[in-house]
Amino acid sequence: MQADATGHFGPYGGRFVPEALIAALDELDAHHRKAMADPEFSAEFGRMLREYAGTPSLLYEAARLSAHAGARIFLKREDLNHTGAHKVRNVLGQALLTKRMGKPRVIAETGAGQHGVASATACAYLDLECVVYMGAVDVKRQALNVARMKMLGATVVPVDTGSQTLKDAINEALRDWVTNVDTTHYLLGTAAGPHPFPTMVRDYVRGIGDEARAQCLDLLQKLPDAVTAAVGGGSNAIGMFQAFIPAESVRIFGFEAGGEGVSTGRTAASITAGGKGVLHGARTYLLQDDDGQTIESHSISAGLDYPAVGPQHAWLHDTGRATYEPVDDREAMDAFLLLCKTEGIIPAIESAHALAGTLRVIPRLREELGREPVVVVCLSGRGDKDMHTAIDYFGLES
Amino acid sequence: MTPMFKKPALVGYLPAGFPDVPQGIAGIKAMIEAGVDAVEVGLPYSDPVMDGPVIQRAAEKALAGGVRTRDVLATVEAVSGMGVPVVVMTYWNPVERYGVGAFARDLAAAGGAGLITPDLIPDEADEWLAASDEHKLDRVFLVSPSSTDERIAMTVKHCRGFIYATAVMGVTGARDETSAVAPKLVARVKAVAGALPVGVGLGVRNAAQVAEVASYADGVIVGSALVSALGEGGVQGVRELTTHLVGGLSR
Repeated sequence: MQADATGHFGPYGGRFVPEALIAALDELDAHHRKAMADPEFSAEFGRMLREYAGTPSLLYEAARLSAHAGARIFLKREDLNHTGAHKVRNVLGQALLTKRMGKPRVIAETGAGQHGVASATACAYLDLECVVYMGAVDVKRQALNVARMKMLGATVVPVDTGSQTLKDAINEALRDWVTNVDTTHYLLGTAAGPHPFPTMVRDYVRGIGDEARAQCLDLLQKLPDAVTAAVGGGSNAIGMFQAFIPAESVRIFGFEAGGEGVSTGRTAASITAGGKGVLHGARTYLLQDDDGQTIESHSISAGLDYPAVGPQHAWLHDTGRATYEPVDDREAMDAFLLLCKTEGIIPAIESAHALAGTLRVIPRLREELGREPVVVVCLSGRGDKDMHTAIDYFGLES
Repeated sequence: MTPMFKKPALVGYLPAGFPDVPQGIAGIKAMIEAGVDAVEVGLPYSDPVMDGPVIQRAAEKALAGGVRTRDVLATVEAVSGMGVPVVVMTYWNPVERYGVGAFARDLAAAGGAGLITPDLIPDEADEWLAASDEHKLDRVFLVSPSSTDERIAMTVKHCRGFIYATAVMGVTGARDETSAVAPKLVARVKAVAGALPVGVGLGVRNAAQVAEVASYADGVIVGSALVSALGEGGVQGVRELTTHLVGGLSR
C-alpha cells in the first residue's frame, strides 16, 4: 500500500501546513525518493542498522507465554535494539538523510523523551546539532530522559503553551521549522504529519516487518496467521504491518491506548473514539470536540499518549485491511506483569498494549482457524523507562 | 470579484472571544472606527502552528473562556455592517468539523467576506473552492518567500479578495525590523497577480513600519501588536494603536 504522488492514503494524509513549509517538504520528498533508489544510501543505512543499532532484531518464540495463551506467540524483539526501541531505525534513516541534504541542524519533538533520546543519539553519532522540544509538564515528569538528552549533546527546550505535552511540542517544532527551514531538518518521531513524513518514516521502520516476514519463512516455512502492534502515532505498527499488507492470509491488528476506557473520555484511542479531521499537517482520525478543537489524550503509556494517528492507519482502518481495537491502561498493565513473570522480559508499556490486545484476540483466531494461531507481536521497546510508572501502578514502593 | 481593499490599506486582526466575546467585538469596532480598511477575525484554535506567543496566548484565553465557532460567526455578524469587509482567519480543522459547506453558508449569512486559511493550500482545497464559489466568498491563501514561482502563480489563480504574503519565514509576532525579503516577494507576486491586491503580514507594529510596507504592498496587515494592545490597554488601547498605525498610510 503506497500513498499517491501527493501523499494521500485514500482521503487521508496530504499536506495541511503553511505554504512556507511546502518547499521544504518537496525538497525532503525528492531527497527521500532519491535515497530510496540509491544503492549507496541503502548500503549505508543497512550498515548503520546492523553495526550500530543491532538489527535484525530477534524473532523470539515466547514458549511460556504461548502455553498460557494457547497460541504460538513470537515476539519481534525491538526492545533489544540500541536505545531500547524500534525508534532507532527512524532516527538513523532521517539523520542520514539530513546529512545528504547538507543541513547541519535537527529539531525533534518528544513526549516522554524516548524519541528525543533517540534523536540525540543519532545526532551525536552523525555529528548534527540537535534541539528537542518537550512539553514543560513532560520535562518535569521525565527528568532522567532530559538528562540523557543533555549527556548526548542535545539542547532541550521546554514548551509552556497549550497542554504543555507532546502535541504542543510538535506545534513548537513546526514553528521552529517554519523559521529555520533552510538549515534545519525536522526529525518527526512517528509516521504522521504532512507528506512525505508518513511514507518516509514508514520506509525507515519497515525493516521490522520485512525482517519478521523473512524470519517466519525461515523458522516456520510459512507466514504467521496474524501480526499485532500497539498504535499511538503508529510508527512501530506501520513498520510491522507494511510487509504483511499484501499477504491476505495474514490478519493485522493495531491496539490503541484506551486509557481509562474509551467511554470515560480519558483515552488516546483516536480511531475508536475520535473522528475524521486535520491535525499536525495531515487528514486522519483525531480526538476533537464538536468545534474541531483537539482534545487532550490520556494513556498510562507516554508513547501512545497522542490525540491523532498516522494517516496510513486511518486508511487501513477504513478499508478493513487492519483491525484497530482499544486496550485500557489496566489490561496493558496486566499484560506488562504477565510478560515479566512468564518470560523474564520487562516490556515497554506501549508494547504491553500490543500483548494485551493479542491475548484478547487469540481465542477469536483459534475459533476461526480451528487450531492454535501463530501470532507475531511487535515488542517495540523495553520497559526500563517505565519503572517509575510500574512502581506507582503496582504500589511497589515500601 | 472585486478586490477587498485598495492601496494603501490597513488590515487589522483580532481573535474572536478575546478577552471575551463582547470585548472582542468592541475591540474590532474600535479598530474599524479608527480607520482600518479591512478586518480579520481570528478563530481561536487549540493548535495554532503559524502563530507566535501573543496570538497563541490570546487563543488559549479565548478557548479557556469557552468561545465556540458560533461565537466567531456572531462576532462577524456584529461588525460586518460597518462598511469594511470582514474576513475570518482560521486553521482548517474547525471549518472541516463545522462542515465546509455549512460554514461557508453561515459565514456568508453573517455578512462575512471570506476566509484566510493559513494551513490550507489550494492543492488540498477542492471542497472549499466549491463552497466559496457557491456562496460568493473570498478565499485568501498564503504565499511565502520560499514559494516557487510556479506555486505563486497557482496560488494567485485560486485567490479572491487579496493574496496574503508572509513577509518573513517564521511565525506571527511583532518585530522591530520589517523583512528585507518582503519587497522581493511582493514583486514576484505582483508580476502575476493582476488586479488582485497583495497584503503583507507578520511583524508590523508601528506607523513607520506601516509606511515602509505600504510603499511596496497594497495592504499592511497588523495582528499581534493589536492583540497586545487589546490585552494591555483594552478597547481604548486598540483605538489608539489603530489611529497611530493609520498615520503611517500616506492618504
